[in-house]
Amino acid sequence: MLLLAVVVFNFILLSLVPGDIADTLAGESGGASQEVMDDIRRTYGLDRPFHIQLATYVGKVIQGDLGTSYYFNMPVTELILGRIAPTLLLVVTALVLAILIGTLFGVIASRRPNGLFSHFVTVLALVGFAAPVFWTAFLLIVLFVAMLEIMPLSGLVDPTTPRGTLTWYLDVLHHLFLPVLSLSSIYLASYSRLARASMMDVLGSDYIRTARAKGLGETAVTYKHALRNAVIPVITIAGLQFSHIFSGAVVVETVFTWPGLGTLAFESILRGDTPTIMGILFFSAMIVIVVNLLTDVTYRIVDPRIRSARNA
Amino acid sequence: MDAAAPLLEVEDLEVEFRTRHGTARVLDGVALSLQPGRTLGIVGESGCGKSMTALSIMRLVPVPPGRIGAGAVRLKGEDLLQASEKRMREVRGKDISMIFQEPMTSLNPVYSIGDQIAETVRLHEGLSRRDSLDRAIEMLKAVHIPAAERRVREFPHQMSGGMRQRVMIAMALACRPSVLIADEPTTALDVTVQAQVFDLLKELQEKTGTAIILISHDMGAIAEMADRVMVMYAGRIVEEAATDEILESPRHPYTRGLISCVPHMEDEPPPERAALTEIPGVVPALTDLGAGCSFAPRCAHTTDLCRRAAPQPFAVGENHRTACWLYDEAGAA
Repeated sequence: MLLLAVVVFNFILLSLVPGDIADTLAGESGGASQEVMDDIRRTYGLDRPFHIQLATYVGKVIQGDLGTSYYFNMPVTELILGRIAPTLLLVVTALVLAILIGTLFGVIASRRPNGLFSHFVTVLALVGFAAPVFWTAFLLIVLFVAMLEIMPLSGLVDPTTPRGTLTWYLDVLHHLFLPVLSLSSIYLASYSRLARASMMDVLGSDYIRTARAKGLGETAVTYKHALRNAVIPVITIAGLQFSHIFSGAVVVETVFTWPGLGTLAFESILRGDTPTIMGILFFSAMIVIVVNLLTDVTYRIVDPRIRSARNA
Repeated sequence: MDAAAPLLEVEDLEVEFRTRHGTARVLDGVALSLQPGRTLGIVGESGCGKSMTALSIMRLVPVPPGRIGAGAVRLKGEDLLQASEKRMREVRGKDISMIFQEPMTSLNPVYSIGDQIAETVRLHEGLSRRDSLDRAIEMLKAVHIPAAERRVREFPHQMSGGMRQRVMIAMALACRPSVLIADEPTTALDVTVQAQVFDLLKELQEKTGTAIILISHDMGAIAEMADRVMVMYAGRIVEEAATDEILESPRHPYTRGLISCVPHMEDEPPPERAALTEIPGVVPALTDLGAGCSFAPRCAHTTDLCRRAAPQPFAVGENHRTACWLYDEAGAA
């Protein structure tokens, strides 16, 4: 139901954009007569009334058909499925790294709130928030590609590597490094800050004193009793940010010409490839919904209070 | 005092906290002695050092800003202030346990109560998961929690405050400690539940022989539970005696004030407590205690001597001491 609303809304929104496929094709071929343009519009059904176009599109989407890309002249579903793996690889790796390392930084910082490391985390968070992701990406390129010459500049993999071999996978990881580093830098900053605040809050609570009074060591107190309570806000933010990180991915993929959904979205917008844009929006909406579901499931695992509240 | 060797002995304990407004001496010359199976009550207003005494015995005072400056805490002869942190972790929960004022927040919300009780047992007695859970069930039964087999899997938020405090008691007693420190165990509970918790503590003490340090600001609770009472004010012990003795003939003006603050429900109260009284003023800031008696600003009997010098404890009866110049028989006061 929610997805359907998204589809309809996207369709209406995109039809408000001036210019259509006929304009684009005409522009690329260096001009066309009115007759040819009308012909193109007829082929794609653009001459029909708006509500008919909408109904046709929604009907097809329900059947799993997202239409055909104007530019690639292939089914949008196929196009997107081919591009989704690199994006998920990039986004999920970046987010997981940001959460794990950020939380770890936050936990270590919370143990000594006035220590050197804690100040380092504060500064890191500030820089991470302030630096635009494309700028970070370019600086990383200058450092690792131009100066140190240890990282590839762009792409998913070196095209000369035989596909499917171990070297191929390692090469993908090698290419993944810089995009992930740029993308996770912003999120790393916010997670370390969040985890630090959350941990300090939890470490001051009564049940932590109880845990110490039981004779538990600091490691057990921190990682068993405190951390599990402190990650609850981290999960909330992670769920919300997953949809956010997609927009970050568009920038990072463009900078590193990473062949994912982000680059496809960016190029399709420039090309006026409406079916592809709508397909991508549909897919990201679906991913956001799935991630929200996963967030809820994770909540239930971590926090028993939510488990029983939902059962009641 | 009993002739038997004390189980727990605190001598001349000094604890300081560094604050923005200077160093606060939160405990000054605190001494106590606890016999096996007996109950010692510590009373006083908020901020007088009761809880700090308990945390110092457990060595759970946050350092910094806190610092245990001097003194000794001897458990069966071993000075815990000199013990390693590793040794202290063995002592906590096994030899000395503690229950806290806030049952609502003193249990970890994300672990089942069975896990939390079993954790202590596994830690100190090295039992298996299964055996330690059995012990948890056994302990829940001992604190009269109905359907213990089922409730052991429940989480703190599924229980009432009284139930949670029972769980805390079960957890504290799971390894059969020789000393239980109960820091205002009933303050956050309904009056009817308070009585149940005290009855439970008494019953378990009779069964296990655990010595209890009961911290409270409630004279009634102390009268009910304790064999001996220590009255604290601004980090010092101002009076110490057997419970009956202190209730019948309190000597220190502060103790007298505390006792007359307790509301009574007699039809015809004796004239001296006809009206509910209060002690004027508040506990002074511990950062600017002068040289004199810290109670002097609030005391009705203050003399020049009180403002000049802090009184040492004077014996005023059998096992009854009070730190007040009024009882300095040797002096010229």
